[in-house]
Amino acid sequence: MNAAPPLIAFAHVSKSFDGGRGAKPVLAVDDVSLDVAGGEFLAIVGGSGSGKTTLLRLANRLIDADSGDIRVEGEDVRAVDPVALRRRIGYVFQSGGLFPHISVAGNIGITPKLLGLPAAEISSRVDELLDLVRLDRAQYRGRFPHELSGGQRQRVGVARALAARPKIVLMDEPFGALDPLTRDALGDDFRDLHRKLGLTTVMITHDMTEAILLADRIAVMRAGRLVAQGTPAELSKSGDAYVGELLRTPRRQAERLQVLLPRDGAA
Amino acid sequence: MSLFSDPRWSEALTHLPDYLGNHVRVSVAALALGLAVSLPLAIAARNQPVLRGVLLGLASVVQTVPGLALLALFYPLLLALASLSLAWFGFGFSAFGFLPAVLALALYSMLPVLRNTITGLKGVDAAILEAAQGVGMTPRQSLFTVELPLALPVIMAGIRTAAVWVIGTATLSTPIGQTSLGNYIFAGLQTQNWVFVLFGCLAAAILALAVDQLLALIETGIRNRSRVRIALGGAGIAALVAATLVPALARAPSSYIVGAKTFAEQYVLSALLAQRLQAAGLTATTREGLGSNVIFDALVTNDIDVYVDYSGTLWANQFHHTDIKPRAELLGELKAILAQQKVTLLGELGFENAYALVMPRRRAEALGIRSIADLASHAGLLSIAGDYEFFSRPEWAGLQRAYGLKFRAQRQMQPDFMYAAVASGEVDVIAGYTSDGLIAKYDLAVLDDPRHAIPPYDAIVLLSPKRAGDQALRDALAPLLGRIDIADMREANLRAAGGDGASSPSAVARWLWEKIGKR
Repeated sequence: MNAAPPLIAFAHVSKSFDGGRGAKPVLAVDDVSLDVAGGEFLAIVGGSGSGKTTLLRLANRLIDADSGDIRVEGEDVRAVDPVALRRRIGYVFQSGGLFPHISVAGNIGITPKLLGLPAAEISSRVDELLDLVRLDRAQYRGRFPHELSGGQRQRVGVARALAARPKIVLMDEPFGALDPLTRDALGDDFRDLHRKLGLTTVMITHDMTEAILLADRIAVMRAGRLVAQGTPAELSKSGDAYVGELLRTPRRQAERLQVLLPRDGAA
Repeated sequence: MSLFSDPRWSEALTHLPDYLGNHVRVSVAALALGLAVSLPLAIAARNQPVLRGVLLGLASVVQTVPGLALLALFYPLLLALASLSLAWFGFGFSAFGFLPAVLALALYSMLPVLRNTITGLKGVDAAILEAAQGVGMTPRQSLFTVELPLALPVIMAGIRTAAVWVIGTATLSTPIGQTSLGNYIFAGLQTQNWVFVLFGCLAAAILALAVDQLLALIETGIRNRSRVRIALGGAGIAALVAATLVPALARAPSSYIVGAKTFAEQYVLSALLAQRLQAAGLTATTREGLGSNVIFDALVTNDIDVYVDYSGTLWANQFHHTDIKPRAELLGELKAILAQQKVTLLGELGFENAYALVMPRRRAEALGIRSIADLASHAGLLSIAGDYEFFSRPEWAGLQRAYGLKFRAQRQMQPDFMYAAVASGEVDVIAGYTSDGLIAKYDLAVLDDPRHAIPPYDAIVLLSPKRAGDQALRDALAPLLGRIDIADMREANLRAAGGDGASSPSAVARWLWEKIGKR
């Protein structure tokens, strides 16, 4: 473990939701403790209803915890203005979350604009970000979200999250709705950005293969509880049955691919 | 003669700048006020189910109140407020015309705006709202940069509905003293001038359609992010408003306003008074179609300068006297009561327009009915019709008391249709007006009132407090006093109901002056 203090720290965090009329409250996050070190790429893996998205939203106070402590860059999030907190944390939404009535440039520049940066500065930052996510400046600046493909939308979503130069980026199943090729390309591109910009990234996914390929460390959630965390190698040694089940699919795929796609001259 | 060569079309056209201008002004003001109130309310209520339910419920209730009643209710309400404000703060305001019309219409416009704004805001995708929060917007920034722009097409649709409603309902603001395209309709209905009725309806419909289409242009402009469309629509509406303001600014302020109630005789008399004032070199306009509950108060507050009322109407309805006095005595007392309100009773015109029970002459003779006392024994088998106010007036209670009248059925009718209805036997007796020309036309008999249950109804000219000492006005109207007898007025009223080019109130007023001026 790193000696430096973690950039994001969850300590015994719980959150339950009102189950609707008459129903019992649902415990979405149940006593979770998890640290994310500076510069780390952490993937949170779990099925639907496992509480992974809730955990992510707790970090930038889109929702507030019932109990436990959450610290971002050493500060207790409850003591920080939630709006200011969200402006310094990048957030990539499932299927983009772009504002449909605002152009690509407007979407990317939204957080700098909210922070009150001058228009010229925002404009050059938008160009820089379009380069960063490999979209042609002239071609895409003025387009509207409905004129983009799914992959392009998600690139814009990533650019928007990075616009205010955050240290932390939270991603909620960012590549889930994309076709495999696009997904692969986007994943690789983002991994490069993460390294190049020195980001700390927390990504949610239900796809263990994606998590293994992109993340430094993986946290596995089930029914609101954190059941395991560690590097892929550490996880494969885990005795937990659910973790084993999650790892079986990528393993089997890898073996099948090895057989089906032998590489000539490979050792 | 083809339909459009009727001279009444061109007469209608000469009123258009005035009526249309006033109509647009009152509609735009009401819509602007309605939006200014409804939009913030809808925004405040969007996430509060209780407030939302209360607001939409109240707005729906307002919508169920008939437009005419809503407009009429605002007049006494504002009158009371104005006198309160005068007493407490030392300034009053006119509760007549524009203000009550704007307030009532604004209230009327609220439901579609409230409902569509709330629906539009609630319809914004939850994922988009979360994204707005996630990129660091405050609730206010989220509302203005994301929620409202996305809800705008739905909100605009509500505004369009409200605009059409307001423009249509504004035609009903005529009786509370706001000139509008309704002036055509009210005047036309009263004087059987169907050209006016049609013209008023068409003008209001075209105006509503035009505004709706301009708003539609803005709406599609917003939807397609086309600045050109938004600008065109906005410019169209601005041009419409500007065009209606220009004649209002250019027109010389009229010094005298002659009021008229909502029936043909009043239209003729107000035209006659206005013509006399103009002949004396004074500028005068008429304010027609005022409700009989509105017109006297409008005179007291100087919103109109002069009009003709009837002694019995003021006696019983305005001052709530139930006793009935001989003619001269009643007039004398009335003069004193009016003086307390600083209203001048200038004099009588010379005829009476009293309520009278009327039935076909032949039927009356066959039944041996000459007076209301004779009628009483037959009443149980007969039906009676009266105008919209008759059965709630004290005269009716007085008649029932004096003669023990009990009819088989009673119906309310538009006064113009009453006479034809009784002539054709659809009803047996009507509460008609003694000065009505149709009495002679349909060969009807006016039944005697031996117990004097119906008070005298001398036509009297009243002057507002402001004009009490106005000698020019008194001189101009003096030649009319005592000059119009019942036969002249009946004939004038019959002419006014003629339904052709010579039957416009001003044409009939000229005829009447020709006839009496030579005496």
